[in-house]
Amino acid sequence: MGRLSLTAWLYLGAIVTAAGVILAQQPGAAAAPRWWGIYVALALLFLICDSAPTPLAARQSAWSPSSAATLAAVVFLGGVGAAMVGAVAVLSLRRRVPLSERLFNGAMYAVAGYCAGLAYHAAGGQPRIPATGLVAALTGARVGIPVTQMFGSLLVPFAAAAIAHVVVNHGLLWLMLLLDRRSRAAAHRTMPASSIPVLLASDFGLASLGLVIAALWTVTGAFAALLVLVPLYVARWAMGQFAEQQKAHSDTLAALVQAVETKDLYTRGHSERVSRGARMIARQIGIRADRLEAVTFAGMLHDVGKLGVPTKVLQKDGALTEEEYAAIQLHPMRGLEIIRDIGFLNEALTGIMHHHERMDGRGYPMGFAGDEIPEFARIIAVADAFDSMTSTRSYRQARRISEAVAELRRGAGSQFDPKIVAAFVTALSRDGWQLPEPIRRHGHEIVTSQDHDDPTAPLWVVESL
Amino acid sequence: MTSRAAEQRWIAWQTVDSGRLVLYVVGAVLVLAALARTAMDVRLVSVAIGFGLFIAFGELLRLQLPGGREAAPIAMSAALAYAMASLVELATGPKTMSIPPLQVVAVAALGMILGALPHVAAGRVPELTGMARRLVTVAFVAFIFHPLIERGLLAHRWVEFAAMAVMVTLAWLLESVISAVIRADDLRARLPIMLADELRVQWRLGLAVGVSAIITVFGAEVMGIYELIVFAGPLLVIQFAFRRYAGIRATYLQTVRALAQVTEVGGYVETGHSRRVSRIALAVGRELGMSEPDLIDLEYAALMHDIGQLSLIEPIPGGATVLVSSADARRIAEFGAEVIRQTGVLDNVAELVRCQWLPATGGLTTPPLASRVIRAVNAFDDLVGGSADRDRVAAAIDRLRLASEVEYDPRVVDALAAVTGRLRLSRL
Repeated sequence: MGRLSLTAWLYLGAIVTAAGVILAQQPGAAAAPRWWGIYVALALLFLICDSAPTPLAARQSAWSPSSAATLAAVVFLGGVGAAMVGAVAVLSLRRRVPLSERLFNGAMYAVAGYCAGLAYHAAGGQPRIPATGLVAALTGARVGIPVTQMFGSLLVPFAAAAIAHVVVNHGLLWLMLLLDRRSRAAAHRTMPASSIPVLLASDFGLASLGLVIAALWTVTGAFAALLVLVPLYVARWAMGQFAEQQKAHSDTLAALVQAVETKDLYTRGHSERVSRGARMIARQIGIRADRLEAVTFAGMLHDVGKLGVPTKVLQKDGALTEEEYAAIQLHPMRGLEIIRDIGFLNEALTGIMHHHERMDGRGYPMGFAGDEIPEFARIIAVADAFDSMTSTRSYRQARRISEAVAELRRGAGSQFDPKIVAAFVTALSRDGWQLPEPIRRHGHEIVTSQDHDDPTAPLWVVESL
Repeated sequence: MTSRAAEQRWIAWQTVDSGRLVLYVVGAVLVLAALARTAMDVRLVSVAIGFGLFIAFGELLRLQLPGGREAAPIAMSAALAYAMASLVELATGPKTMSIPPLQVVAVAALGMILGALPHVAAGRVPELTGMARRLVTVAFVAFIFHPLIERGLLAHRWVEFAAMAVMVTLAWLLESVISAVIRADDLRARLPIMLADELRVQWRLGLAVGVSAIITVFGAEVMGIYELIVFAGPLLVIQFAFRRYAGIRATYLQTVRALAQVTEVGGYVETGHSRRVSRIALAVGRELGMSEPDLIDLEYAALMHDIGQLSLIEPIPGGATVLVSSADARRIAEFGAEVIRQTGVLDNVAELVRCQWLPATGGLTTPPLASRVIRAVNAFDDLVGGSADRDRVAAAIDRLRLASEVEYDPRVVDALAAVTGRLRLSRL
């Protein structure tokens, strides 16, 4: 409470008022005898679905099948009845939901349900109490053919209602996220814009369950609601497992990469910071959600091949021979060898292999120039160099962020892609940068004396004659 | 590429064993009989086309589930619904009728073949086993259910519901038994364990498929064929959830497999060591009757058992931990366990890795079975390497046996001997 901005409060007030006006009306179906029974059953179904949302990464994108109950109410009870079902969201059994959010959810679902009812009506649908209810179902009476014809003619109105519900629901929610700065920041962190079509499509798919509930109702009565909960429960389980495994996956990756890094005191945390930097850039230039994941992993894994470079070469103080330099130049390929078999990383592979290419073509391993260099590699190159410069090395102190940015700008065009550098600078000024922990040497750690990532201190190679 | 696909196909045919053969023959006989019978007389053509197309659609969207399982839940629930539907015949006046079982088989078979065609066109091996398994299950349901409807035994709504609930449960059991028989053949594992795994892993999907079939039957009574269109939305969302789940499970395993190789690239371990150890350990674990969740932990632990060597400044010669002192082995094991514990999710695996240096018996605590397996298989691979030479394998096993029961669990060594005798080591 009280954490919303003033405009967000005003918006909340407006939505709640609209919902109040809608709920003050008499439902169109109120004359029918079994009206209350159907309402209570659907409201319960709504409450169950709403109280057990799938644990997704972002609460805003929580996957809720509750819209199916609202839309079934549209078919039976009309817009006002659907609004009454949606308003039940206020009572959600989810814990630790602030009152403001409860009010907003209830009002939002009420307005969305009412709008779905309007769309249903506009497309020629008539709300109708099913021909047989619980009583008829219990006595085993069969429904005749007219119902079949009725449901055939319901397809178009129902589709209109489902679309209206999805659009209004997400529209209202989106506006709230826009007005409420705190949750906007949260949404920005967790849900990229590119995943919205998938979300809308899956919401529409679930909404169409409403018509299935309505049809089943005429056969089995309220038992229909129980029946549809079963596949929904299974789907929820799968979604929950997905979220759990996804987290396990990235945690495992981070732990293993960390294990590789423990060998070198100065580069600890480097991969994780490069991964974060690559993610910031990728977000800034706006790439698809799955590619965002891939570039994050690529950043994490970009130096994993360094393990293939003999420790004595990494530790060497002074000039490298050409052979030793060649061993260092091989590390992107070594990294590729390790992670080649990870299926989802296809594009990340090119990013890892080419992260030391330069725009002017003087990089390694292939000597690609300009647009020949894959986008992921150009992204990682910038994040990689930046973190190297802002970290302490055995031969110098960490540079300040402003110095490192100036250095990136100096290298834009020759070493780095100017567009990527610009995107990184913008993202940096917005999100900030978490600097590595200061280094405390105990004397026995392995220490590298040169850093192949540092653009300000190129490796010192002696040409053999 | 084409030669590789052809080779895959050839291997697929090479591995046809008795269980599969019986399944294929039963499936083929069913399909031929069904097509011959149905060609003469198709009832409710539009409904047949609707369900056939829907089954094809479901088959097109088949799933790869964890553990190398294959499923087509949408196709399966539609086919079961078609087998159990009691439809109202309009032409001869309102009369409840059921689809003849052979017509159900014919429609399901044609739908499956239609749905498999795009996969074949894309160069993938058709999932003949999965299709035959589904077809036999659907036929089983159709042949039992048809007479029940025709005799009017299911006129009461709740009787019909109860009969369908029993039927989809039986269908799920039958499908699980068929899968378990095939898997037991493929993996050289024991049937009861495979069946228990199958039931445990598949019950949620089985439940969703069964209830979806019942929903489809009831819904179709009211909406007719429109039901399939409307219900496709929720089914797709559910399938999408499973696909993502299966995808991340596969990715997770790939990541661990890949990153387990860092020790090889770093020169700590011989090339291919972790993968060989994990494959042999899996086979040994199956031989010992371990269940699937335990086998997953065993596989992860076997892949990462040497990750602790990263703590060494200089690699051990050849990476052979069988040759190092037990103090070093302990340090490597504990560092590796610490790394794995950092993940926050693999505590079981970390414990297995931590215990891998412990002798099988005689210590204060007996290490878990999986740790004993890893210890023996790791020693075996250190001695044999990637070699498939029979004498070398036999010598290595003898050496493990002679190392006394204190070092290696005799049961594990026996299982290892059985496994290595059977597996073609050159392919490991």
